[in-house]
Amino acid sequence: MTETLIQVRGLRMQFGDHVVHDQLDLDVMRGETIGVIGPSGCGKSVLLSQIVGLLHPTKGEIRVFGEDLTKLSAEERRHFEQRWSVMFQDGALFSNLTVRENVMAPMREHTELSRHLCRELADLKIRLSGLSAEAANKRPSELSGGMRKRAALARALALDPELLFLDEPTAGLDPITAGRFDSLIRDLSSALGLTVFLVTHDLDTLKATCDRIAVLGDKRVKYIGPMAEVARIDDPWIEEYFGGPRGRSVVD
Amino acid sequence: MKGWQKTPDSRNFSRLERCGLSRVSEFFLEEREDHSVLTVTGDWTVHTVGALDASLRKLKRSGLPVIVDVQQLQKLDTAGAYLIDRTVRESCEQGALDYRLQGQHPYAQDLLSLVTSQSAPCEDDEPHKVSAVDVLARIGHAAVDFWSESYETMSFMGQATYTTGKMLLQPHKIRWTSVVSVMEEAGLDALPIISFLSFFVGVVIAFIGATMLQQTLGSTVFTVELVGWAMMREFGVVLTGILLAGRTNSSFTAQIGSMKMRQEVDAMKTLGLDPIETLVVPRVIAMLIMTPFLAFGATMAGLFGGLIISWTMLDISPILFITRIQEIVVINNFWVGMAKTPVFGLIVALVACRQGLDVGGDVQSLGKATTASVVHAIFLIIVTDAIFAMIYMELDI
Repeated sequence: MTETLIQVRGLRMQFGDHVVHDQLDLDVMRGETIGVIGPSGCGKSVLLSQIVGLLHPTKGEIRVFGEDLTKLSAEERRHFEQRWSVMFQDGALFSNLTVRENVMAPMREHTELSRHLCRELADLKIRLSGLSAEAANKRPSELSGGMRKRAALARALALDPELLFLDEPTAGLDPITAGRFDSLIRDLSSALGLTVFLVTHDLDTLKATCDRIAVLGDKRVKYIGPMAEVARIDDPWIEEYFGGPRGRSVVD
Repeated sequence: MKGWQKTPDSRNFSRLERCGLSRVSEFFLEEREDHSVLTVTGDWTVHTVGALDASLRKLKRSGLPVIVDVQQLQKLDTAGAYLIDRTVRESCEQGALDYRLQGQHPYAQDLLSLVTSQSAPCEDDEPHKVSAVDVLARIGHAAVDFWSESYETMSFMGQATYTTGKMLLQPHKIRWTSVVSVMEEAGLDALPIISFLSFFVGVVIAFIGATMLQQTLGSTVFTVELVGWAMMREFGVVLTGILLAGRTNSSFTAQIGSMKMRQEVDAMKTLGLDPIETLVVPRVIAMLIMTPFLAFGATMAGLFGGLIISWTMLDISPILFITRIQEIVVINNFWVGMAKTPVFGLIVALVACRQGLDVGGDVQSLGKATTASVVHAIFLIIVTDAIFAMIYMELDI
């Protein structure tokens, strides 16, 4: 199974005079978990936004599931959009809905499940993402940061996507919760055959979940490969990243 | 897509064997002597299981251990796995969860065990029934809220006025940059719309006045006095107040409210910055300065509207209009109107800041506070105007 799920070619992204990406190429295979790292401000989240279609590249081509999404009609796009989901950095939960209603929202919009079954499935996703039962009836403002992240993951999993985009999923979580999050992502990706596109700074997450790591730098993907290989590359930033006290303990 | 329950003696059961690799999402339950077999075929995903749910719920409980045949299962996701798991769980006797898989499937086992491990149900949110007591409770809550809200508003106004007064005595402490920026944004930028609307109100007064005066007194020249009195004493000022309540209140409340939501206000407090000094005082001072100018602009625009109508429709020359305004509509009227403007400005700024600082952590409270801000400000402006009118009447001015 080496089908290419995401194919980025010659991508250029520019805000005014500021060039974020130039000649960026990236391939993501089906079933793999790819971690995107890079210094702050190198455009990791911008890359994610472009792939999911929230930002339009200045130049270049992005194919997801083999289709150039910019050339699809709105109707076809909607169909494709059901096959992936995004978990945003700070959750982006709908604040006027409870957690359960948040998870039910995509199901009620895109499927013909009965309300009762939607509820049951939403509860399942909430439990799968590690939230306690009481949290289902709470509103996002009543939750702690870590709980909001898990609720956001539950919503991202609502439609059982083939492709999951995670933007800093473990940032701001305590190590125990972050560890559970990592194993949850790994379990789901192996059980569901999920492809995961992960933007993160968390070395433990990288080690625990990622099959390959893409390092962004100089406006493009500088290196890509398994963690053990990438960690050995002779590059000042990578050396500092993996060679620092935090990095060493993970790589060793 | 359908499902049915068959007993072993059913002749139709042979259909199962003929299905082969079925693309249709179906299930069959076959009861044997000491166990039952649940055969699932086709795709069991979130998009297909909706149709199976009702018939799965109707399956009767046999209490026998269940074997799930996944040989002909195609795609499976957590929704499908959940349904299989639920059916098996409900079919078995409580607590005795015992089922095995039969047939080959790449990931059904993993997925089913993942789902089974999380099968404890979440508690239900109670369906809410409205009773007479609830209605009374709501009325009671509303009454208590009204009092506490009024009390809070008064105490906030007191505190803000005190802080403003204190800072006016130490002008070097006032943040003049933000005062000037608010003056521009909430004052200068509002001038065109306020003058424009006031101009048309002047036009309308002149029109209606002329028609009425023509009918009752047979003379239209008193239109000048009518426009002069109305614009100077009331309309120019109240119109300014109401437009500011709509325009400035909503923007102040939204600005401060989103700062509150993003914990910027909390950050200020921890940095030793008083939110009242940094956020409220500049807005209060800016509004105190700008409202008279805006009201002046509105009054002039309204008079101009009256002048244009008098000139073009009623043959009252601009010279005559201005002379009558100067001689008959005494300057007192102008000052009577102007005296109200700082109070209106104060109301606008204080109500807006109070509601902004009252915003909680969620988006809904921001919407609520913005609405409350505009409504309260308009209400207070009209009530205050009525109080002014009574005072002026007593004073005979």
